[in-house]
Amino acid sequence: MTATDLRTHAEEIQEQFSDQLDLTVEDVEERLDTLVNEYKVPTSEARRSVINTYLDEAGMDRDQLGGGGNERKQVGDVDTAEEWIDLKAKVVDLWDPRSDAVAQVGLLGDETGTIKFTKWSKSDLSELDEGEVYDLRNIVTDEYQGQFSVKLNRTTTIEQLDEEMEVGDDEVEIEGALVDIQSGSGLIKRCPDEDCTRVLQNGRCSEHGEVDGEFDLRIKAVIDNGMDVHEVIFDREATEAVTGISLEEAQEMAMDALDTSVVADEMHEKVLGRYYRVVGPTFGRYVLADEFERITETTDPEAVLIKARSI
Amino acid sequence: MATTPTREVARRVFAREFNDATYTFKESDDDRAPVYALLPTGQRVNRIFVVGTLTETEDVGEDSEYWQGRVVDPNGDTFFTYAGQYQPDAASMLRELEPPAYVSVVGKPRTYETDDGDVNVSIRPESITAVDEATRDRWVVETAERTIERVQACEETDTEYVRMAREQYDQDERPVENYRRTAIEALESLEAEQAEASAD
Repeated sequence: MTATDLRTHAEEIQEQFSDQLDLTVEDVEERLDTLVNEYKVPTSEARRSVINTYLDEAGMDRDQLGGGGNERKQVGDVDTAEEWIDLKAKVVDLWDPRSDAVAQVGLLGDETGTIKFTKWSKSDLSELDEGEVYDLRNIVTDEYQGQFSVKLNRTTTIEQLDEEMEVGDDEVEIEGALVDIQSGSGLIKRCPDEDCTRVLQNGRCSEHGEVDGEFDLRIKAVIDNGMDVHEVIFDREATEAVTGISLEEAQEMAMDALDTSVVADEMHEKVLGRYYRVVGPTFGRYVLADEFERITETTDPEAVLIKARSI
Repeated sequence: MATTPTREVARRVFAREFNDATYTFKESDDDRAPVYALLPTGQRVNRIFVVGTLTETEDVGEDSEYWQGRVVDPNGDTFFTYAGQYQPDAASMLRELEPPAYVSVVGKPRTYETDDGDVNVSIRPESITAVDEATRDRWVVETAERTIERVQACEETDTEYVRMAREQYDQDERPVENYRRTAIEALESLEAEQAEASAD
């Protein structure tokens, strides 16, 4: 924890109490500094302790405390990148970090929906547990291809709350004809760099330049029911299931043809123009195909006939 | 927020109504602005999705390959689709497929005027794939439902495109009611097919 970080915390705390207590940033910083550097208390705990001291002094409840410069947001309201916000959310899911730089990665949720979060190893923050609700302060929003996420950093404070939270069901079910497979589908290569996983274009990552990519499969599809359209992402597992082509087979096909595009061509033939039912969460403009099935049951014309005859 | 341009919905329409959609227009003067065909039931269309029986393919090109495909719906009406060098995937499908076969076609409406002044409507395909009967059946029911909804909206509401349809098409000669009948006929023929199949 550097002096600048402590200073930032101190400024925020001073601002939070500016209406109630006549504090100077130096007062606050000194208290933080004692806890952190003398007593070796973690910053989040120090911040908490200092805030509680001032709450007592001011005779206030924690709820009355202002946002301290950050806007308190709900997951569904996150629509700008690089914004500092506070968030009360439940850890819905934890994923395996793909790199050592990431301590924890997963999904946070509140009643308005879910959002991906990343916690960096170097931030040295306490562990988040799945199913628990936290008050997260000083986190930063990020955006990649229309998909928002939040990042926890060194200045973030984590407070576990003893409460339940209902997480919004932003899952959708869609049905319709698969009318298009977008470019960037089929056998692709992803950047192997820490927490990047961007899809390479001609062997290049837009962030890390020329890299040795890792093969992956995906389909970016358009499902259309004649009234509205949804863009749906099938990840590797879903792509293998929907096309019957495994990653190994796809690599062999590409090797034989000396061209990766043969994989996408084969996928076109197997899935385009058929009807599918897809259930999954929405991420930005995409629906992630968690569950899906090809609709093969015979449709009964009777109901529509009755409707047609009645008008 | 919505910075990504919205993709045009692929409308569902039977061949009889589609082939009557001879009036096309643009919403702006921009060269690249999308061309819409106006359905007689009062909906603008920039993309359609069709599933039917491919009954015939023919290379009608003179200098280079230009494939014509005839795709027939349950009423026996035909969609015409044309694919040349700019639609290589669809063209190779038409070259390779052996009619009769059920096919899905996603494409854009195109019109052209013949020498004797008739306007022919066709599909410029984005994709053509061979599919099964269940897909075709589902499309028939779905298309009937969408058609009936359009007919209903046309009779009961007064939207921009319903008004445009009234101005551009002779609705005494071709009443909108005809398209409701087309939908009913398609459903009845499907029902008959299904009854036959279960009797076998």
